[in-house]
Amino acid sequence: MDNVVGKKSGLTWAVHISMAVLVALWLFPTLGLFVSSFRTADQISSSGWWSSLSTQERQVPAIRVAGEEVEVDGRFVIEGRLFEATNASVSAWGTSSTAPEANAPGAVADLGDGVTLTVAEDGAYVLSSPVSTEGTRLPRIFSTAATPPEFTLDNYRAILFDPENVDGMAKAFFNTLTVTIPATIIPILVAAFAAYALAWMDFPGRALLIAAIVGLLVVPLQLALIPLLKLHNDIGIGKGYLGTWLAHTGFGLPLAIYLLRNYMVGLPRDIIECAKVDGASDFQIFIKIILPLSFQFLWTWNDLLVSLVFLIDSTGETTVMTKQIVELLGTRGGNWEILATAAFISISVPLLVFFAMQKYLVRGLLAGSVK
Amino acid sequence: MSPALQGLITIIIGVGGCVGYFYFSNLFLDKVLYPASGPNAGRNINRANMIRPWLFLMPALIALTIYLAYPVFETLRLSLTQRVAGGGYEWVGFDNYSKMFAEPKFWEALSNNMLWLIVVPALSTAFGLLAAQLSDRIRWGNLAKSLIFMPMAISFVGAAVIWKLVYDTRPVDQEQIGVLNAVWLAFEGGPMSVLFLKIVPILLLLGFAGAVALVAWVFIRPLVKPAGPVGGGTVPLRLLVGAAAVWLIFTALRSAFGLATVDLPYGQPQTWLTIPFWNNFFLMIVLVWIQTGFAMVILSAALRGVPEDTIEAAIVDGANPFQIFFKIKVPQIMGTIVVVWTTITIVVLKVFDIVFAMSNGQWETQVLANYMYDKLFRANDWGIGSASAMIIMLLVTPILIWNVYNARKEMR
Repeated sequence: MDNVVGKKSGLTWAVHISMAVLVALWLFPTLGLFVSSFRTADQISSSGWWSSLSTQERQVPAIRVAGEEVEVDGRFVIEGRLFEATNASVSAWGTSSTAPEANAPGAVADLGDGVTLTVAEDGAYVLSSPVSTEGTRLPRIFSTAATPPEFTLDNYRAILFDPENVDGMAKAFFNTLTVTIPATIIPILVAAFAAYALAWMDFPGRALLIAAIVGLLVVPLQLALIPLLKLHNDIGIGKGYLGTWLAHTGFGLPLAIYLLRNYMVGLPRDIIECAKVDGASDFQIFIKIILPLSFQFLWTWNDLLVSLVFLIDSTGETTVMTKQIVELLGTRGGNWEILATAAFISISVPLLVFFAMQKYLVRGLLAGSVK
Repeated sequence: MSPALQGLITIIIGVGGCVGYFYFSNLFLDKVLYPASGPNAGRNINRANMIRPWLFLMPALIALTIYLAYPVFETLRLSLTQRVAGGGYEWVGFDNYSKMFAEPKFWEALSNNMLWLIVVPALSTAFGLLAAQLSDRIRWGNLAKSLIFMPMAISFVGAAVIWKLVYDTRPVDQEQIGVLNAVWLAFEGGPMSVLFLKIVPILLLLGFAGAVALVAWVFIRPLVKPAGPVGGGTVPLRLLVGAAAVWLIFTALRSAFGLATVDLPYGQPQTWLTIPFWNNFFLMIVLVWIQTGFAMVILSAALRGVPEDTIEAAIVDGANPFQIFFKIKVPQIMGTIVVVWTTITIVVLKVFDIVFAMSNGQWETQVLANYMYDKLFRANDWGIGSASAMIIMLLVTPILIWNVYNARKEMR
């Protein structure tokens, strides 16, 4: 806005740079998890995820020569490979831990008694000996290799599609969906009717009701845990989906009603009339109005406490993803390939919803913050 | 039956029941109870319109009463009773409270919570304001905004995993896979280390203490030098702010002094979440990271609403960009800043998942919500658990009253 008076601000660059730094800081942690979920356990524990994005030169763990012995022209030859990856390249190798970088790729090393060993740049090695080496201790190869970035989908395969895996997230994923969908739709429906009444119908006690809802907006749900658990046990619901849906409905309602009412009051009626003239059905208008409530989906999907208290019993059959991840944090604290993948599966759905509905979410936030 | 199918059926029943209620109750009202036809059509329509709002509100009111209003009173009652063996409750008065107050873990949770209450809203609002102001001035601002806003969609548990990876520690002879330790090991005690790890943080702490002192002075001044009549009701608030400020300044100065004298263990990978006192900040960063997006979105909308002519007038008067921001824009969006601040305050008071997943209150990182969960579900002590829930309620009450007051004012 400095351009208003025709003065180009010298601050422009500073603004760009500070914004870039800020965005990088905010993105960096998530990016770390994302990248880690595509690496193998070995890769994760041997180098930081940031170094996996570029070609890395590092020592490959020592490998003992092994393989089928073949007799060629009177010499006994064993051929093999140092690593599976075809795009890595060896920069140096050796046969003892004291001189792991003694030879260049392609060079032939004499191991005594006429035994020779050579390692090519692509990791293929050839051990050649005048007598059979069967039964003897074969030499070890130490090598330094430059490995280009390499990623795998195995983590996702193991966690999502392997029914044997006890750390699998497939069941938790469906449980979360089972919690989330009704716990999103029911409160939105209930809130939409209530907000409609509060916004466009006139009846005694309306102002008082709105004030009460604003008050309930900030009541911490922690207060409700014990009384409601008691109530659920008394009326026979116990721990289960029904109780969880009801709890989510109760806890989500104040914000949903308040937000929708604000939003509806702000909508002049002629806008709706116009939309109708343009051929929008009542249902389409309704959907447009309730879209800002998609945060209810995020909130139920991301919830831990309500599920912990009202859903998950001692059998653990109904565990949800957040609970599963907390458990993994305890039992698999160091296994980042499991943790990162599990966590990323759980956050990918809300992220998708977020990027698809961003406009509506912002609208919802703006209408929902108490002015 | 496969769980997916079972889930689908329950979904259909739940949602169908809800839709069915609204549809059939309206049908009943219009067709059976007060049909809009026959001799009393006019009267019937009026009556139906008097009943309809309550028909619409009924499910919401029932849910709100059972799930939010009733628990407040029930928790209050539970906090004054204790379970007796074999079922039933007995009245114990304030016993639970005095037992709780005697526990050092409670005071640890309370003082940590106070720290959270100050640091998280302050930092989130500050970063949010910065991001909002910067992104409004550049072409890729919308992209930048959605990237900073993104953590809002991530669950607290997901964020805990993300940040645990950042804070990860490996033994000294292995390569570090946590960013923080990798950065930390890059410092080796040279002049750059002293600059970045001692001088800059100490200056920041002193600056923070100065800012707090300034704010406190604004609140306290009318009591010391009454320029006019001081509103009687505000005296306790002013004294409270003053006391909090003194504590904050003391904490900041103590930390600055500690930092100046301490020998930093260069070259040693740190287990960040086990360093007492400072580990609280490592947990708070997670929530700041999440909430900044919220603050940014709201403040950005407010900044756009600042009337253009006030800014133009300031430019004509020769104000520089900083003056425009702090003296023209910020005062005009003060109301929104307060809203953002209080909203984040409430989130902080409820913060549970982050602490539960990252440290579970060990190493002196306990907070009230997690303390309460501990008492309720691990120690199975409903009395003290409810008492600590009431403390959380007590802390939100001022905001509750303030919100209701504002909402009523706005409606009038």
